[in-house]
Amino acid sequence: MAEPFTTLTSLPMPLIRDNIDTDQIIPSREMKSTGKTGLADGLFAGWRYTAIGGRDPDESFVLNDPDFANSRIILGGENFGCGSSREHAVWALAEYGFRAVIAPSFAPIFAGNCVRNGILPAVLDAEHVAAIAESGKVATISLPDQTIAIDGANSWPFPLEAEAKAMLLEGLDAIDLSLKMANEISTWQEADRAARPWIYPGATA
Amino acid sequence: MHERTGAAALNSLAEAGRTVADPARVFAVTDHIVDTRPGRTDQTLMPGGQAFVTETRAAAKAAGITLFDVNDPDQGIVHVISPELGIVLPGCTLIAPDSHTCTQGAFGALAWGIGSSEAEHAMATGTLRLNKPKSMLVKFSGKRPEGVTPKDMIMTLIARHGAAGGKGHAVEFAGEAVTALDMEGRMTLCNMATEFSAMSGFIAPDDKTFAYLEGRRYAPKNVLWEQAVAHWKTLASDRDADFDQHMEIDASKIEPMVSWGTSPEHSIGISDQIPGNAGQRPLEYMDLDKGQRLRGTPIDAAFIGSCTNSRLSDLRRASALLRGKTIAPGLKAICVPGSSRVKREAEAEGIDRLFREAGFEWRESGCSMCFYAGGESFDAGSRVISTTNRNFESRQGPNVKTHIASPETVVASALAGAIADPRELT
Ligand code: SF4
Repeated sequence: MAEPFTTLTSLPMPLIRDNIDTDQIIPSREMKSTGKTGLADGLFAGWRYTAIGGRDPDESFVLNDPDFANSRIILGGENFGCGSSREHAVWALAEYGFRAVIAPSFAPIFAGNCVRNGILPAVLDAEHVAAIAESGKVATISLPDQTIAIDGANSWPFPLEAEAKAMLLEGLDAIDLSLKMANEISTWQEADRAARPWIYPGATA
Repeated sequence: MHERTGAAALNSLAEAGRTVADPARVFAVTDHIVDTRPGRTDQTLMPGGQAFVTETRAAAKAAGITLFDVNDPDQGIVHVISPELGIVLPGCTLIAPDSHTCTQGAFGALAWGIGSSEAEHAMATGTLRLNKPKSMLVKFSGKRPEGVTPKDMIMTLIARHGAAGGKGHAVEFAGEAVTALDMEGRMTLCNMATEFSAMSGFIAPDDKTFAYLEGRRYAPKNVLWEQAVAHWKTLASDRDADFDQHMEIDASKIEPMVSWGTSPEHSIGISDQIPGNAGQRPLEYMDLDKGQRLRGTPIDAAFIGSCTNSRLSDLRRASALLRGKTIAPGLKAICVPGSSRVKREAEAEGIDRLFREAGFEWRESGCSMCFYAGGESFDAGSRVISTTNRNFESRQGPNVKTHIASPETVVASALAGAIADPRELT
């Protein structure tokens, strides 16, 4: 279960490139165990370290910039999180300490994975994402109001589906939500078994 | 599911004290991390890779689900074996924690890739929570020219409408050039729906679909088969069905496609030039220039495999072009059958010999160097022509420059030692 998300104030880390894919967020060579942890070290490894597989920081990469050491928000480009559906990308972001990504668009599987792991994928048009980055100021995200503000002055709304919002706000687990409907699910399945028996492995006439 | 994400999902489910609601409807296979070198064991070149294999085995056993293990005769890439075994059926909902699950939409199923948490959700509840996607019809009209393959069709769509062109949509592929495809070609087409950012791609089931599935292990039998086929015939979209979006491509104008950059949308016809508005970053990474033609660009390696292009028909076509020839000297060339069944059938036809004699390595089935999770990769910085679906930075090895293309184009290029047009092969 993720920690509930209400408001978040942090200096956002700009990483405004389009099509940042999950291979770049967590390269496959960095996914060394079958678990959800031990991934933070491999976050953006290809850009963050000077050599593939190495651990010498590349000072020019923003994640190594001390100004953003405590950043919990990423500013991204179009189609953030595209590529493989690996949830490790989101686990790595979460473990590193990021709680929100603000970008003009997200790959849908990635955005869904974010919500399930307590990370807010906030959609904001490219112009405003750039404005936040250029301001160099701290941003405040209010999930209840669905707004992103810098310096209390500019405030922009962002869209979010009601269910995603509820899950983030309460730190809810989707499985628990669905299991509440166990009766409806089994009623539907019984009816479906009768109507389309062939779909179910092992069915006989 | 596969061993890369399977053990994690099953273990996490067990840790939360939950069980798999209906183990008979869950299947696992080792394809991603498993070694593809001949004589393989649980060991892989990936550091710690063996744990993925052994933990998936243990977790699958504990959960009571069917596992197609390392040396099982039915082992193979998850999206290749599911159709082979008749696990995917028209009208079914099929999910896997892998983005190329959309491949199986070729059977008129709703098949799409999910994340690990969703896989846990599906196993625990038998359901998923999702929003209804928008619908899109992509029509390939006309006849596909000789030397042009389904891979070129889907790459043309993505090049024309962008890697985000299908976002939020379930895409139906239709039209003369789609109906004309055999099931394996349809799978290649649907495979890259995810590179188009579509939730899934699918094709109306027809007699070819039914013929492919009949008699497969998990396909319905006898009376149930008859009932199923009768139902499946009703699944095609109505002629006047309403779609949120329409796209149309004249298949007769398509030519062999090759990618030049680091996104599948960075693709051009083999006789075209890299566009003037190409981005600096992908050009630098690929060490190419605007206006340049890809044809003639020297390559270091060639790869035939992956869930896009590793089925028997792909290997047949590729090997036929290799007959009596040898690849360019010094070139590393690898062919990895998509499943152990494909491998056996190919060997029975002597296809492996054609590959080997031409200078290709012939492997055990799996994802292999589609990406280097198996721990094996192409040499750092090398230029590879590949039948895979993704040309992202460093996907096939550190700084490897991947050009994706059809098996025919890969073969033509391997023979020439440089990117080449398969239509010019004699
Ligand atoms: S062959 Fe490549 S794209 Fe296909 S499932 Fe395996 S790793 Fe993924």
